[in-house]
Amino acid sequence: MDNIVSKKVKELQPSGIRVFFDLVLGMKDVISLGVGEPDFVTPWNIRESAIFSLEEGYTSYTSNKGLMKLRLQIARFLKSRHGLDYNPEDEILVTVGVSEGLDLVCRSILNPGDKVLIPEPYYVSYPAVVALAGGIPVSMPTEKTNFKLKPKDIDKYCDKKTKAVIFNYPANPTGVSYTKKELRELRRAILRNKLLLISDEVYDELTYDFEHTAFVSLPQMKEHALYLNGFSKAYAMTGWRVGYACGPKDIISAMTKIHQYTIMCVSITSQMAACEALVAGRKSLEEMKREYRRRREFVIERLNSMGLKCLMPQGAFYAFPSIKSTGLSSMDFCQRLLKDQNVAVVPGTAFGPSAEGYVRMSYASSFEDLKEAFTRIENFLKKNK
Amino acid sequence: MDEILEILEKDARRTPEEIARMLKKKTAGIKEAIRKYEKEGVILKYKAVINKELTRSDDSAVRALIEVNIIPQKDTGFEKIAERIYSFPEVSSCYLVSGTYDLLVVVEGKNIHTVANFVAEKLACMENVRGTATHFLLKKYKEDGVILKHKEGNKRIAISY
Repeated sequence: MDNIVSKKVKELQPSGIRVFFDLVLGMKDVISLGVGEPDFVTPWNIRESAIFSLEEGYTSYTSNKGLMKLRLQIARFLKSRHGLDYNPEDEILVTVGVSEGLDLVCRSILNPGDKVLIPEPYYVSYPAVVALAGGIPVSMPTEKTNFKLKPKDIDKYCDKKTKAVIFNYPANPTGVSYTKKELRELRRAILRNKLLLISDEVYDELTYDFEHTAFVSLPQMKEHALYLNGFSKAYAMTGWRVGYACGPKDIISAMTKIHQYTIMCVSITSQMAACEALVAGRKSLEEMKREYRRRREFVIERLNSMGLKCLMPQGAFYAFPSIKSTGLSSMDFCQRLLKDQNVAVVPGTAFGPSAEGYVRMSYASSFEDLKEAFTRIENFLKKNK
Repeated sequence: MDEILEILEKDARRTPEEIARMLKKKTAGIKEAIRKYEKEGVILKYKAVINKELTRSDDSAVRALIEVNIIPQKDTGFEKIAERIYSFPEVSSCYLVSGTYDLLVVVEGKNIHTVANFVAEKLACMENVRGTATHFLLKKYKEDGVILKHKEGNKRIAISY
């Protein structure tokens, strides 16, 4: 059975920080700032509506594309919130989180050897999903420009085989987001190079300093872009696994083909819960957002005052400070901080080699935990001077 | 509502320094705003929410909700009689409500007898009180937005992307 695992999977880069993750999971009483999901529980009205749907007997398959009721609500929501026009009949597909949407679009559009541009640092699954779909992921390091992708980067990394660019904002792990003006400039580069934009905007509701602009709301982008979003981050619904993909008919139809053979449909209970989130989740969302923003201010001020330089993240719930002043590598910093002070953060290198010298700290933790964690980090820095 | 109030309502132990950091404002400004709220009576007091079922002491072991029917008075309406009622230290809350009765009064006592005595000797016989109905509380599940149950540990896995 030596060759039981396929060549493609064997060639996938194993995550270098798996060992570190196992170390964290094996330890007790760790304050973890390494969590990539909200610390809130799904608002009760959403949970209650799921329970009610079970009582009512909603336990069957749904349409492959997702409940029509949910697709209609998504369409209405996107129209009122971002001014987007997507037909719930054939331009919206309900997916198992944004992760599945991303996998489906890559498998739908890529031929062997097609290239996909990915700004680095990136969410860990982007390069893997592209590679599994037969494509070649091309990283575009952004460290020199404060982790913001510039239009000239797209021009620089594009060649004849480049088919798409994956864009994520507000970004995991940096918290960087883009204003409408910045998006307009990037738009020109995307159109000029005839790329398909795959826009992962799952953190869009957690944008703090300006209104989030959906990339597809810019002129001509609807035909050249796939819009991915979901319920995990905005409504604290990570475990429900519901997201959606919106885009041109032909791509959505191709994605639906794969989705129907591999997934069939998203769990009906989760879809029912998602309906409730769109109808009555706004108030909880706004409350959670205000709380994240307050933590953000606290965390960034603390980091900078203790000498870990950190830009103000404009969205999501991550701070991405530089730890270069300590002279340690990202991995060493994280391992020592864990062993010394029982605080877990994620090495920047988990999100691409160019993020060496950075770590990701999530502020999706209670204020008490954050306070204690930063006291410990400060102690750690003093000891390691 | 001002965010300072939102923060303090959730946790009154947040210091002006911490609030200043959270809201990216000057500590002096936060202190000033809090002082103003206190002076204006917007912030009335700071207290801990205690789950008395766990304190094992006899104080205020029994609580009752009492519906009180009142004959309103000329000029003062319900105000005067309400004041006479809520001034008793046994009364922990007092509300004027719409519906079949007028005042909803929450009374705390050592045991069922103290509460019953209070109702019989102080409340029910008061001039202008037409009648009362007493409901003893059997169990408290949630009070002022706080669920009175031990929090279960965090269900998230300690580290994820």
